[in-house]
Amino acid sequence: MKEPKDTRVVVGMSGGVDSSVAALMLKEQGYDVVGIFMKNWDDTDENGVCTATEDYEDVIRVCNQLDIPYYAVNFEKQYWDKVFTYFLDEYKKGRTPNPDVMCNKEIKFKAFMDHAMSLGADYLATGHYAQVREKDGHFEMLRGKDNNKDQTYFLNQLSQDVLSKVMFPLGHLDKKEVRAIAEENDLATARKKDSTGICFIGERNFKEFLSEYLPAQPGRMETLDGEVKGQHDGLMYYTLGQRQGLGIGGAGDPWFVVGKNVEDNILYVGQGFHHDALYSDGLMASEANWTSGKAPEAPFECTAKFRYRQDDSRVTVYPAENGNWKVEFHEPERAITPGQAVVFYDGEICLGGATIDTVLKEDTALNYVG
Amino acid sequence: MKSIYLDHAATTPVHPDVVEAMVPVYQETFGNPSSVHQFGRKARSILDKARRKAASSLNAHEKEIVFTSGGTEADNLAVIGTARANKDKGSHIITTSIEHHATLHAVEFLETEGFDVTYLPVDENGHVQLEDIKQALREDTILVSIMMVNNETGAVQPIAETAELLKDHQAYLHSDIVQAYGLMEIDVKELGVDLLAVSGHKINGPKGVGFLYVKEGTVLSSQQYGGEQERKRRAGTENVPAVRGLQAAIEVMEANRSTYQEKYLHYKRSFIQTLKDQEVAFEVNGNEETTAASIVNISFTGMNVETLLTNFDLSGIAASSGSACTAGSVEPSHVLTAMFGPGHPKTTNSIRFSFGLANDEGDVIEAAEKISQIIKRLA
Repeated sequence: MKEPKDTRVVVGMSGGVDSSVAALMLKEQGYDVVGIFMKNWDDTDENGVCTATEDYEDVIRVCNQLDIPYYAVNFEKQYWDKVFTYFLDEYKKGRTPNPDVMCNKEIKFKAFMDHAMSLGADYLATGHYAQVREKDGHFEMLRGKDNNKDQTYFLNQLSQDVLSKVMFPLGHLDKKEVRAIAEENDLATARKKDSTGICFIGERNFKEFLSEYLPAQPGRMETLDGEVKGQHDGLMYYTLGQRQGLGIGGAGDPWFVVGKNVEDNILYVGQGFHHDALYSDGLMASEANWTSGKAPEAPFECTAKFRYRQDDSRVTVYPAENGNWKVEFHEPERAITPGQAVVFYDGEICLGGATIDTVLKEDTALNYVG
Repeated sequence: MKSIYLDHAATTPVHPDVVEAMVPVYQETFGNPSSVHQFGRKARSILDKARRKAASSLNAHEKEIVFTSGGTEADNLAVIGTARANKDKGSHIITTSIEHHATLHAVEFLETEGFDVTYLPVDENGHVQLEDIKQALREDTILVSIMMVNNETGAVQPIAETAELLKDHQAYLHSDIVQAYGLMEIDVKELGVDLLAVSGHKINGPKGVGFLYVKEGTVLSSQQYGGEQERKRRAGTENVPAVRGLQAAIEVMEANRSTYQEKYLHYKRSFIQTLKDQEVAFEVNGNEETTAASIVNISFTGMNVETLLTNFDLSGIAASSGSACTAGSVEPSHVLTAMFGPGHPKTTNSIRFSFGLANDEGDVIEAAEKISQIIKRLA
């Protein structure tokens, strides 16, 4: 085992408070810390202002406070090819993609990991709220201690190889504690607002952003019985279970998106939060990753999340054809959304995850879900 | 870990004689050179001496020297100042696609004011062709701006020949000689230029000071508004201690120029030879014979600038890609793009090494050996 001072840790620094504190903690533990900023997207506006430039300025200020070297690396091309293209393709198919999961898989813990290793790093650290536990050379990914911030949902595609080389210095902390550490140390980013939303869209209007890349095709809004309720602006702007922006008036319960028909460009709507069509009892998923390196003996019971920051639900997981998986819910679930990740847990351990492809009710695919 | 500085084209260490010359100015001569009392006169006399030195270093007259905050301001003043003041004679400007951004961004700004700019191409060795200048020249051309030594590749440009070409033409000839001044003897009378931009910190002088040579009779408008300093061509109280430091740097340079040139050329050759001995895959960008002694730009086949520079720095070696950064990440060099074409691998795998006062031969060879190890590890 190397001494910390002989152990080089590359910290992925975004210019936010989390990665700043991650770097600070590693520095205090005596590691040979190198801060690196990733530039994945160019959002330079007409005034020449670019969020990345501002964020990198914050990285510089923090690294100078910590007296660690800092550099930047450009992954714009890889990000475009691996993450953004996927993002657009999924929307074209009427699905709701999760670019953060893909970014972690392809960029942060692949391209960036390779870059860190090419710099002679022993570990790559990030400011994610997750934990890694080693047992006899085997690595487990655990939820972050701050349940509200736990980010294992986005990290479900990490492999054993990656887990053996990552550090999550914030995993055992609450967000409040992280802020407090930043304040105590007077870090330049201590009071910086957390970023929200998808990184490349930032604070911009989602609809406007998407329309720059995908032609919007307005079409009919119908109930599942074929009653026309109005016009939609383009299927990609809507997600299952959504209430806002439908503009359907009249008496009774509010209206919700209950499905999409990509072929005929129809948006299905239904009345009431608990509309029956929004509920399902199972799903089919593909692109599974198991953090342990091999699939658990199936069928098995565990808990699962179908979206970020949702309480776990009990499920039973079955192997299916072509390396796909079938997940049965113990209780019906509302608004399961194709394109999103289903992530499995055994207590605190994140077992892995997969991409939701189809939604099932009584073993039959719900065609109207898309 | 030992640090080896191979980035003298970015900036140079300040010579001890320069520091020694500046300290007493800070300590004793705080007067404003424009003041009409003895404190002012004392400061003014320092400026006068420095101005005489700057002028004599180029075989110019002291009235032809305008002190500025550095090379960028000198280039801006030359380009924007002459263009705006000579609008009545035409609106066409000729420059090259390999200029420093101090010139390039200045002419781009002028385009927004209605000036018409021709950006000359270069050959694959990074040299501007006289024939292209001839072709581009128009009756309404008012300014030709070509750097003497390119800051990324060291390629020497044909300034005297260009001056010859412009002898009977109205256009002014400006040259950014920031990288050339420390190594080449320059005589404005022989060269036949109208404007030259110089920076202090590239010749072991202080930062924040430089000057523009403006040939007597050249019409130029001031780009700053305020007092009447520098004979109304550059408003603002002169940076007297830095100007004194600049004078000392010029003196050191004049006393050592040929020795330095030989030395740096020797370093460059040892550096390249060591890489060859280590059997590293590389190519020198440009023609070594027509490149300034202190600069070499090397393409490392199959590598990537960011990975190389970060690895070099983590091993104590300071070099640079010579080009602009956005958010810290390196954009493809505009100079190498002009030489090899957009998207060429050399635009993203090339590093500039530049030698100078901070080096000795041992360092240079050690750096080349360390670099070879890094390249082999990454290959």
